[in-house]
Amino acid sequence: MSTKDAWIAGVAVPVMITVLLLFAGSRSVKAADQPSAANAEVKIDNFVFGPQTITVPTGTTVTWTNKDDIPHTVVSIDGVFKSKVRDTDEQFSYKFDKTGTYSYYCSVHPKMTGKVVVQ
Amino acid sequence: MPDKKQDLIDQNLQDLNDDGVDRRGFLKCMAWAGTGLVWTMSGGVPVSRAFAKSADKAAVKGADFTFVQISDSHIGFNKPANPDVTATLQTAINKINAMTDKPDFIIHTGDLSQLSKPSEFDTLDQVLKGASAKQIYFVPGEHDMLSDNGEQFLQRYGKGTKGSGWYSFDQKGVHFVGLVNVANLKAGGMGSLGHEQLEWLEDDLKGRSASTPIVLFAHIPLWTIYPEWGWGTDDSEQALSYVKRFGSVTVLNGHIHQIMQKVEGKVSFHTAMSTAFPQPAPGTAPSAGPMKVPANQLQNVLGITDVNYLVSGRSLAVVDSPLGASGSPASANAGGPGSI
Repeated sequence: MSTKDAWIAGVAVPVMITVLLLFAGSRSVKAADQPSAANAEVKIDNFVFGPQTITVPTGTTVTWTNKDDIPHTVVSIDGVFKSKVRDTDEQFSYKFDKTGTYSYYCSVHPKMTGKVVVQ
Repeated sequence: MPDKKQDLIDQNLQDLNDDGVDRRGFLKCMAWAGTGLVWTMSGGVPVSRAFAKSADKAAVKGADFTFVQISDSHIGFNKPANPDVTATLQTAINKINAMTDKPDFIIHTGDLSQLSKPSEFDTLDQVLKGASAKQIYFVPGEHDMLSDNGEQFLQRYGKGTKGSGWYSFDQKGVHFVGLVNVANLKAGGMGSLGHEQLEWLEDDLKGRSASTPIVLFAHIPLWTIYPEWGWGTDDSEQALSYVKRFGSVTVLNGHIHQIMQKVEGKVSFHTAMSTAFPQPAPGTAPSAGPMKVPANQLQNVLGITDVNYLVSGRSLAVVDSPLGASGSPASANAGGPGSI
């Protein structure tokens, strides 16, 4: 092992790892790491959110589309997101940047509930 | 009247003693005259018999006062189930204006509009202006609270009311209470009255004589019809506990766009047809969404509810009439003998 190699192994690598770790938590690095985490769809049909539970990677934008003849809303129970009233074929989108389980419901028809699991 | 036979009759005759308390639990109920079937309930046992037209007339004639319930006009709805809900509301108003016993007032049990849009409320106002009865009482449906938590509804139709729009008034000895069960709905739940309103209701009824006939009206049924579709009110039992001591209680609701009724002790529950579009009977469709019927049958599944009160006969008669003058009513699930 040359002196130069030893320097790389002993100093440069740990520094680089540290730098990478520091950036790992930031959004820009994550988005670049997961180019597939783009979009997901939830259909509102017959007073049901489908799929009722959707699991997506962080950074995913979920779009809800109302296919009913009756208006609905998409409202996070914890107040994270809240759509305006969505009439037939109208959509609502929200980008999920943080991991967690997001429970939501239709505030007009509260029996309608759903979940977004962000991993 | 030629269309009388087509009417759905649900007539509740409540026999009160002099003190106003129904001791023997004697109650007569007639329903579903559209199919020629009438049921009588005595001591909790429903008995069906052929519909007698004269009985209906006797109960309705000479009423001390009459009012009409309309519901679920959904102005702004334009889907295939009814592309012209303004026209069918107009037909309902024409029918009210043609009544021989002019109603003292009209009650609208909510879902005036489809999307709470100012233009929808404007159109509704325009049509209702043509009603012969000038006094109209409203309670909101969930469609009237969509964009602004019901602010606009309150400004237009709820001046002087409490909270999200509840209130009471008296008419010739009958106490009417308009309740709101469509505000602040909780995930996974059904309709909700909420603590504040329940306290107000308890206080409002306190001190009233048990012989005072009570009429409660609200948008979502105050009895559980089908929880899977949210057709009920989570805290209605508490509200009903406050009216238990009264000799005659009538509960009028909308929301489910079809006639349903139930009698429990001295309380009779009744839901009205919509003036806009029908909805399926509980569990008979994938969802409670608007039900498409052939165009020529639409007027048979839309309608108004006429309520007559007789002080002398101590009775209250509820008569449902489809908008259409001919053809047999389609919503045959309405309170048949098996519905109690």
